[in-house]
Amino acid sequence: MSETLAPTPGQTIGPFFHDALPYPGDSLLVPPGSAGAVRLHGTVYDGSGAPVPDALVELRQADPAGRVPRVEGSLRRDGRFTGWGRAATDAAGRYAFTTVTPGGADGGAAFFAVTVFARGLLDRLFTRAYLPGESDAFLAGLPADDAATLRVLRDTRPGAGTGAGPGDLRFDIHLQGERETVFLRYPRHAFPRCGR
Amino acid sequence: MPTTTAATSAAAPPAPDSQERITAEITAAHAATAPGAAQPRIDFPPYRSSALRHPTKDPRHADPEGIELVAPVFGHSDIDPVEADLTIQHGGEPIGERMLLTGRVLDGDGRPVRHQLVEIWQANAGGRYIHKRDQHPAPIDPNFTGVGRCLTDGDGTYRFTTIKPGPYPWRNHVNAWRPAHIHFSLFGTEFTQRLITQMYFPGDPLFALDPIYQSITDRPARERLVASYDHDLTTHEWATGYRWDIVLTGTHATPLERAEHE
Ligand SMILES: [Fe+2]
Repeated sequence: MSETLAPTPGQTIGPFFHDALPYPGDSLLVPPGSAGAVRLHGTVYDGSGAPVPDALVELRQADPAGRVPRVEGSLRRDGRFTGWGRAATDAAGRYAFTTVTPGGADGGAAFFAVTVFARGLLDRLFTRAYLPGESDAFLAGLPADDAATLRVLRDTRPGAGTGAGPGDLRFDIHLQGERETVFLRYPRHAFPRCGR
Repeated sequence: MPTTTAATSAAAPPAPDSQERITAEITAAHAATAPGAAQPRIDFPPYRSSALRHPTKDPRHADPEGIELVAPVFGHSDIDPVEADLTIQHGGEPIGERMLLTGRVLDGDGRPVRHQLVEIWQANAGGRYIHKRDQHPAPIDPNFTGVGRCLTDGDGTYRFTTIKPGPYPWRNHVNAWRPAHIHFSLFGTEFTQRLITQMYFPGDPLFALDPIYQSITDRPARERLVASYDHDLTTHEWATGYRWDIVLTGTHATPLERAEHE
């Protein structure tokens, strides 16, 4: 197929998505307490360091063996691992998922693929949350400070007021500022593909 | 409005901006942006809430791999067919102009996105969301929640029955009103194609004044968010019809990889 169609532009998710997009069990990719369950959590921050209480985070991931799920049922899970979930941030800008630790898909490094939406953010953002100790050519090619923004940390002690415990995975997202998260552009996001 | 009274506290919020000022900023931002940009400028000062919420660095080029090449899958176990009709979710008929809304979801190469989830949310006919943080003093309609879901069919077509939403005021600047719109959430066949956007109605007089719509600096790109009235879709003595097609970004999988997964 030769013709590339002009894409429909994005727009902000706005402030009023909470009755539509969140749903019961949205952030529970596996039942809490099940074998291998881990909590992935973090805070979304704006450029002043203030938490963003009206963001939505979506997660896409492989299973522990690195297999990519092509399984329906994310909206009504019924015990199926679909490798997808979403979590709105709370009043303190926090999100949390209960899931399993992904393996690297197709022999690559193990990471969570993450999408971020927020009121005030005019288009979605993509990023990667690499498991502790994982690396690949993309991560190694970033300046150290930038690479650090894509690394999941393992909590070593309970987080005050966050409900986090030792062994939980933490991934904060900075939309802007000194610790601004590295966000991604994939090749086919460029349109038109050539200069005008 | 400038003031010199001693009662004015240093902590008082700045006076909201005028439409004239916002419009001037929109014009300046458009002039400063190269033509042909297909997506909104995420750094768009006239949309005040964007100031601290947009990355300042260019996104990093990444070649999608593994999990990024596969969108989440949804199916008939995920939704109930009645979720596509926003007018029958309560005991009575919602107030307003009943409308049918349909269109196709295509990928950047013109292929239909089949059997994929489409989610929508919107204000009621009076411009009021059911959302607990919506303070607009317009009535809530007890027969309208304004939330719908469906799956596209084998041709990539989605269909909703709903009520035409009203415009609503917001606090970006003095006398700021959003053009009537329906929020859409879409998935493709790849993770990289995820899209959340807003669909508008033809001929809205608020277009030129709205910094969210105008954050898309390229006019043809903006106009891709506007549905068209379709008289063939309009139903005798029942509902008006609107049509809106959606094009996601292109996929990265090779034809062979696609064939293996279909
Ligand atoms: Fe809205």
